[in-house]
Amino acid sequence: MDKIFNHRTLIALLIVFALVFPLIYADNRYVLHVMTIGFIFTISVYGMNIIAGFTGQLSLAHAGFFAIGAYSLGILTTRTEMNFWLALLLAVLITSAAGLLLGAIALRTKEHFFAIYTLIVGYLIYLLIDKWDGLTGGVRGLIGIPIPDPIGPLNFESATAMYYLVLFFLLLSIFIAVRIVRSLTGRTYIAIRNSEELAQTLGINTKVNKLVSFVISVAYAGLAGALYASLTRFIGPDVASTNMVFNFLMYLIVGGIGTLSGPLVGTMLFVWLEQFLRSYQEYHLLIFGPILVIMVIFFPTGIVGGFYRIKARLQQKKVPKDNKYFNPVPVKSTKK
Amino acid sequence: MAFIEVKGITKKFGGLIAVDNVDFEIEKGKITAIIGPNGAGKSTFFNLINGFHKPTSGSILFEGKDITKIPVHKGAHLGIARTFQTTHLFEQSTVIDNVIVGHRLRTKSNLFDAVFRTKREKDEENRAYEIAMESLEFVGMAHLANTQVSTITQEAKKRVAIALALATGPKVMFLDEPAAGINPEETDGLAQLMKKIAASGITVCTIEHKMQMIMGMADKIMVLNQGAKIAEGTPDEIKNNPVVIEAYLGGEAIAEVN
Repeated sequence: MDKIFNHRTLIALLIVFALVFPLIYADNRYVLHVMTIGFIFTISVYGMNIIAGFTGQLSLAHAGFFAIGAYSLGILTTRTEMNFWLALLLAVLITSAAGLLLGAIALRTKEHFFAIYTLIVGYLIYLLIDKWDGLTGGVRGLIGIPIPDPIGPLNFESATAMYYLVLFFLLLSIFIAVRIVRSLTGRTYIAIRNSEELAQTLGINTKVNKLVSFVISVAYAGLAGALYASLTRFIGPDVASTNMVFNFLMYLIVGGIGTLSGPLVGTMLFVWLEQFLRSYQEYHLLIFGPILVIMVIFFPTGIVGGFYRIKARLQQKKVPKDNKYFNPVPVKSTKK
Repeated sequence: MAFIEVKGITKKFGGLIAVDNVDFEIEKGKITAIIGPNGAGKSTFFNLINGFHKPTSGSILFEGKDITKIPVHKGAHLGIARTFQTTHLFEQSTVIDNVIVGHRLRTKSNLFDAVFRTKREKDEENRAYEIAMESLEFVGMAHLANTQVSTITQEAKKRVAIALALATGPKVMFLDEPAAGINPEETDGLAQLMKKIAASGITVCTIEHKMQMIMGMADKIMVLNQGAKIAEGTPDEIKNNPVVIEAYLGGEAIAEVN
């Protein structure tokens, strides 16, 4: 019982920290901005984790869907002057619809074919945005995306208000992800990741489940993209670039793919690391590269997965040895 | 009406005939074994009944219903379970976590229930847990429920895989070489378990290489060789069948079957 208590205390402490953070840095817009961007990327990486980490289908079109969310919101608010909240909802729905359509096709492929296929889908989305001048503004991008409309007395003009808004969506996203993963639906996804063949023989319709999981993941990307557009107020085709998706993937792998807190740990780590290494420009990749390689070799389930693995190993030592089923070496047979 | 009836089933992979016009019946509540040399088409035969492969020709009836073309997951809903040669369990998770999902096909909770954690979700989670524990108890692995799969023995994994199949609530279980890679003592234990499953009313059909185990346990044996059925009958009939001895035991009519 005290283990759950510790876990809960840690979560409570983190939330309190996130809530008081703007008070500590009230006069430092830069720090708040980096933190807010970090939260937005975290939302996106949580989405990627659902399809890649829990359902086991590595989708590399994630940045493409992030961009669809961003551009949907950008176009709806700048061209039609639609209410921000309606545009935000529509942006998520449009992204999900695109995910449903592309996912239904992409999920006909498996494993690395699926990864390559979605990588191409992501690149096509980038090209579409880059070349469709009339709709997206092409290489010039979209400028003047408005900040969220005020809700009653709440307005979102200050960096602090935006921070809290994004924090709200982050907590909501994590909450939903945790609920899904810990449910029977989540167990279904994990069964598919584990072995699609076995899942089918257990009566799981893998096609439908993979598609639903894909659409959820894409909806996360759409929400994150839309928030990103209203935070930065300018978006270019770069949001759909392959650089972006490999950043998401790096955050996910280093944080812990297929773990519930991995996306948060990995994203926040890299977003801040990138800031500290800003003065080295591209050379920061000289540090990121080795980190990634070391993690993949020694901690394939990332920082969080590694932590749990070490913890499990320590606990295992306490298990009594008299139980024959714990012995990994086969018991020698006495009769032949 | 036979429980499972396979009529003239053929499967070709390009020019290779993996299963060649096989007729076969499985009786309810009995233990049926399929034996044959490597490459005889045993696993393909399983995959055909299971729905992983669609036959080139022929049909399969399950309780009188044509299941030749139904997808694998629908077969599971009808009550067809199977295990694999490699257990496919998720090693980094606990035994119980692996088995709970077995009952998933009998539950209805969806995404909405998951996010809002409705009463249905909670009830079904509890039910799935109970079923999983019952299945583990049945195979004698309940004491390992909270152990990580990667730390348990090969035999324990085989039993957990059987528990997982049991949790789907099957009428028939297909076991693909359940005793592969475990020692003689444990093999006896698994044979006992299969008898127990059959006694509980679940029909068992198994592929196995361990002759002693098969001969002591099966009610009926089918022998496949190069895709074709060459013999069928009780263990005693098979033991003394010269065609079987020639094909399976290397052409020596005096070979002993133990």
